[in-house]
Amino acid sequence: MALKMVKGSIDRMFDKNLQDLVRGIRNHKEDEAKYISQCIDEIKQELRQDSLAVKANAVCKLTYLQMLGYDISWAAFNIIEVMSASKFTFKRVGYLAASQCFHEGTDVIMLTTNQIRKDLSSPSQYDTGVALTGLSCFVTPDLARDLANDIMTLMSHTKPYIRKKAVLIMYKVFLKYPESLRPAFPRLKEKLEDPDPGVQSAAVNVICELARRNPKNYLSLAPLFFKLMTSSTNNWVLIKIIKLFGALTPLEPRLGKKLIEPLTNLIHSTSAMSLLYECVNTVIAVLISLSSGMPNHSASIQLCVQKLRILIEDSDQNLKYLGLLAMSKILRTHPKSVQAHKDLVLQCLDDKDESIRLRALDLLYGMVSKKNLMEIVKQLLQHVDKAEGTAYRDELLTKIIAICSQGNYQHVTNFQWYISILVELTRLEGTRHGHLIAAQMLDVAIRVKAIRAFAVAQMAALLDSAPLLASGARRNGICEVLYAAAWICGEFSEHLQEPQQTLAAMLRPRVSALPGHIQAVYVQNALKLYTAVLQRQEQAAPDPQDAPPDADADADAADAPGAAQEAAQLLLERLPQFVQSADLEVQERASCVLQLVRQAQKLQARGVPVAAELSALFAGELNPVAPKAQKKVPVPEGLDLDAWINEPPSDSEAEDERPRAMFQEDEPRHARPKAQEADDEELARRREARRQEQANNPFYIKSCPSPQKLYQDAPGVDHIPVVCIDLSVPLRVPGLPASEQYVKLEEERRHRQRAEKGGRKHRKKDKAGRGGRRGGSLPDSDEDIAPAQRVDIVTEEMPERHRPVAPPKSPKKEAAAPKERKSKKPKKEKGRGRDRDRDRKAQALDLWLCSTPPAEPAESTALGTPSLDTEVPTAPQQPSEPCPDEGDREPEAHKKPHKRKKQRQEKERSGRDKKSRKKRAEDGPPLGTGALEEAEEEPLPPMSSYALLAENDFVRMTYEVRGSLQGGSQVTVSLVLENLSSHVLKSLELGVLDSLNARLARPPGASAHDGVPVPFQLPPGVSNEAQFVFSIQSVLTAQKLKGTLSFIAKNDEGSTHEKLDFKLAFTCSSYLVTTPCYSDAFAKLLESGDLTGSCVKVDGITMTFRNVLAKICFHHRFSVVERVGSCASMYSRSIQGHHVCLLVKQAEQSVSVDVKCADATLLGSLLDELRATLSAC
Amino acid sequence: MQFMLLFSRQGKLRLQKWYVPLSDKEKKKITRELVQTVLARKPKMCSFLEWRDLKIVYKRYASLYFCCAIEDQDNELITLEIIHRYVELLDKYFGSVCELDIIFNFEKAYFILDEFLLGGEVQETSKKNVLKAIEQADLLQELFPCLKRPCVARELYVRGRCQVSTHYCERT
Repeated sequence: MALKMVKGSIDRMFDKNLQDLVRGIRNHKEDEAKYISQCIDEIKQELRQDSLAVKANAVCKLTYLQMLGYDISWAAFNIIEVMSASKFTFKRVGYLAASQCFHEGTDVIMLTTNQIRKDLSSPSQYDTGVALTGLSCFVTPDLARDLANDIMTLMSHTKPYIRKKAVLIMYKVFLKYPESLRPAFPRLKEKLEDPDPGVQSAAVNVICELARRNPKNYLSLAPLFFKLMTSSTNNWVLIKIIKLFGALTPLEPRLGKKLIEPLTNLIHSTSAMSLLYECVNTVIAVLISLSSGMPNHSASIQLCVQKLRILIEDSDQNLKYLGLLAMSKILRTHPKSVQAHKDLVLQCLDDKDESIRLRALDLLYGMVSKKNLMEIVKQLLQHVDKAEGTAYRDELLTKIIAICSQGNYQHVTNFQWYISILVELTRLEGTRHGHLIAAQMLDVAIRVKAIRAFAVAQMAALLDSAPLLASGARRNGICEVLYAAAWICGEFSEHLQEPQQTLAAMLRPRVSALPGHIQAVYVQNALKLYTAVLQRQEQAAPDPQDAPPDADADADAADAPGAAQEAAQLLLERLPQFVQSADLEVQERASCVLQLVRQAQKLQARGVPVAAELSALFAGELNPVAPKAQKKVPVPEGLDLDAWINEPPSDSEAEDERPRAMFQEDEPRHARPKAQEADDEELARRREARRQEQANNPFYIKSCPSPQKLYQDAPGVDHIPVVCIDLSVPLRVPGLPASEQYVKLEEERRHRQRAEKGGRKHRKKDKAGRGGRRGGSLPDSDEDIAPAQRVDIVTEEMPERHRPVAPPKSPKKEAAAPKERKSKKPKKEKGRGRDRDRDRKAQALDLWLCSTPPAEPAESTALGTPSLDTEVPTAPQQPSEPCPDEGDREPEAHKKPHKRKKQRQEKERSGRDKKSRKKRAEDGPPLGTGALEEAEEEPLPPMSSYALLAENDFVRMTYEVRGSLQGGSQVTVSLVLENLSSHVLKSLELGVLDSLNARLARPPGASAHDGVPVPFQLPPGVSNEAQFVFSIQSVLTAQKLKGTLSFIAKNDEGSTHEKLDFKLAFTCSSYLVTTPCYSDAFAKLLESGDLTGSCVKVDGITMTFRNVLAKICFHHRFSVVERVGSCASMYSRSIQGHHVCLLVKQAEQSVSVDVKCADATLLGSLLDELRATLSAC
Repeated sequence: MQFMLLFSRQGKLRLQKWYVPLSDKEKKKITRELVQTVLARKPKMCSFLEWRDLKIVYKRYASLYFCCAIEDQDNELITLEIIHRYVELLDKYFGSVCELDIIFNFEKAYFILDEFLLGGEVQETSKKNVLKAIEQADLLQELFPCLKRPCVARELYVRGRCQVSTHYCERT
């Protein structure tokens, strides 16, 4: 014996401990993976030894390896062994390992229940502490349910150390098992007044977190917390309480009013930044929630803004960031107070930290007003010049545009200024946002009529200037602005000073290097310009007959004699180049324009006036259309927009279309018109075939993915050899006014306006002359600054068609409006009704989808108010647990296998439940419980997966088989032994005859014929559960194992040796493991085509569909993927990874199940088992 | 708090504590993503970033980054304080802690964290109490090769001393 011990300790000396492992890994930097796999082999060896010390050491090393990213789930069982060590040293290591690597999918976790319970009640507070800490990391719904009572007891432990932990862990328990909240709540509330500050703060923590999830149930605690807040000096606790109040105030405005004072006091007095920040945030939240109800909260807002200013001015980046963040919250409701600190925010744009700069930009967006827009944009432009890094510069650019264009340009008072800003932005190098600038230019030029002349002049200058044509500009998309420039010049050519010059600029040879869509616009607008030139000439010489000779007479006409001819000549000369363009659009337009010009020239030569005809091509005013304009269009008679064109597909069918297509059709009643479905499929197939064919056909011009891409990186365009003469062009485009001057001009304008107001009487006439400007009154207030030009359109209404500018109230419109409204009304309602229906359906679907186990579909939320919106489905009848109802009632001897007994219990329980429910209802407002009220519909029948194995006078054996995904190809058999006699049963031993396919896992060293001892004795009338692991070779067929339970039955008269034979049946279902599956993954699985299918149909089923699903889930370990109406898809997986998919459909009195499975044999076996289950329904 | 990660400047994970149940795969993905994001930030940047629907609060001490994920309504400053408090605890326990202490005694680092936070919530705000609990638990522990009171061959390595700086919360 002694020798053995010595030998053991010598062995141990050679084992690596954790530090050796760490050192080893650091020394094997090159072949780390190899070294670690070697270490894992050693660890596996160590885990096989008997000594717990060795095992603990191994587990400790594994925990380290887990952190490095290695999978150690295979050692879960060893971890449990170490957890159950009696020595604290080992226990601590075991729980640490468990807390790091156990999760809800770890199946051996259910073996820990009793061990944890034992540790929780251990006399040593450190054992208990370690168990609580560990449990907080890996608590599952099962564990929460089974241990809730024990933890609740610990909340009143004598040691504050334990109380504190127990209170905190209760939060995790509530999340996993909401039913525990109601019984535990009174005690939790008590803990708010615990003498120990640590326990108190823990209770505050828990209630605060609960209240954030469902505030309304905790309103009643407000007075208590109020007291705590005013008395506590612990900042950690204060922060939590204030946060809690932040969650409560939206529900109870009066509370907010009461809070303002103590909170402002705290803001004034505290020196802790975290507390200050929390207070400010809560005050903001309070003020937002009572934005109307509070008369004089401006003082509090001012205080907050002041304090935030201090934060922003701080040199600490963190405070700066948070200050800006909180400012943006205030901005939403009190923009004025924030605008006062514009300087500060602008300063932040210079910050080194990009995240701070971006925050400041966000703030600026909300801070602009008519008054400060120009100044802010000016500053931003300076930053654009300074900014390094294109990403930030682009961000600035988009922000500038967003700031200016927000609210339908509500802050822009001078559009000349805005256009010049846009022009300035085009000089940005390397920006990706050319199209954004272009869109703005177009928008402004079209909608602001007064600005068109100015815009056209600017655009003409842009077209003239060289830099945008440079190859660099072409590559990065800034050339997009040329699109806008060309279009604006063409469309509004009447404003153009020198159309010929612009025309020449547009037809320069270098233009052909631009992207196709821009060239196309160039060509089209060249024609417009030509028309303009022609028109002017013809107007100048009213008599076409003597136009050529007479031309000199009209000296001050803009157009020199023969200007049209010159222009036509230019076009005829340059257009052929575009006709040869590779871009189809350019080609087509160019040849069209070319012919038109030739024709015009011909006619002109004959002296026929053509300008009118040509300009008719482009006649018509462009009127912007409001987003809601469609409403104004009357619905033609006889057209019912709400009628279905085709038969509406029923919802259920639409939903399950995909899985259905995969399963064979066997139910004609359910089938949609088959022809149509076939058509769809056929169409899709043909489309695919066609695509294939096209792809293979060299003569087919393949479709391009997107036109955008085409022009941006089409190699053809860039490779055309164009001689680019890049003289070092100054950044400033000559002739373009800089935007800055507008700031000054605008100042003057406003000044003038103000002055005007004073002397309005004298200048009335003058003012009337200036079109487009609203006679406004003006002084400093923001709203009163009259814009220099007006945006043409408002978002709401649209001018009737062909009416250039809609006067705000035209009698015609008013007359039309009521009529329209009348006719629309019923339709709208109908539409809404359908929407509502759809909404409801969607909701029901969502609900149903979120509760993976089908046990409680919609009603769980329809009724009770689950206080925690836990993401975990908390259905009490979760399929993965054996006897869902017993755990919390009889924690001691909690496995009563007797079926009849259980049913009786069930009845009693439901009776009790009813009573307690009634009582609860009388209790007054719910305390916030997740106790989901039982279904009104139809209760699920009690289900048990424990089956009778064998029985004699002494003992009854029931068992359940459960697969485990983790432990390779293994199943766990839970065997419940109940002593029926008056004898004490001891030395219980389970002997099983192994088959080739299934082998009992025996302790190391035992031979294949040895029995496995059952680790307990059975006093009279007692039952207990033991678990045995079997490793399985093939899971494809069901099988039976013969075995014997041998034991010694002892009473006062003596003892006898007894035996009980049994046959252990492993069904194929028992090899399945409930595995959740998302519907898209499910669909993919079915599409993969790896699965073979078959189906079964059972008639005469009266059970509801819900219960049928629950039964399948429970007995066959499936999980529901999706359920639509009376059709559901389900999924499960075998312990060897075979996928099994079901489609269950219910018709009247019959249920059909399509099964798809990776293996045909398994499929057959499962089908038989499903049939048996369904027949029993 | 949803989780806490400790990693080195080289991106090696030194400690991880998850207070929300996630699969290993998901954890690895998050870790990889966050380590990259945080390491890419410049030293002058603030300690907060928005990531997915969470807020990340991180702080660098010598060669180690301490990184916490909190929810939207949580207080960033108090989280920084938690990180700081934890560093102080490590510092007190190991006696001027360095990265190697945490590597070689990672289980100790976990034990300390577990005494300080439970389920993502602050369990004990008093440093003295946390250390007392750890000391007493250590006393219970018998001599065991890998779990002895730490003694790393320190002289072999250059030590990076953790600096202790700004406080956002008064000590109580």
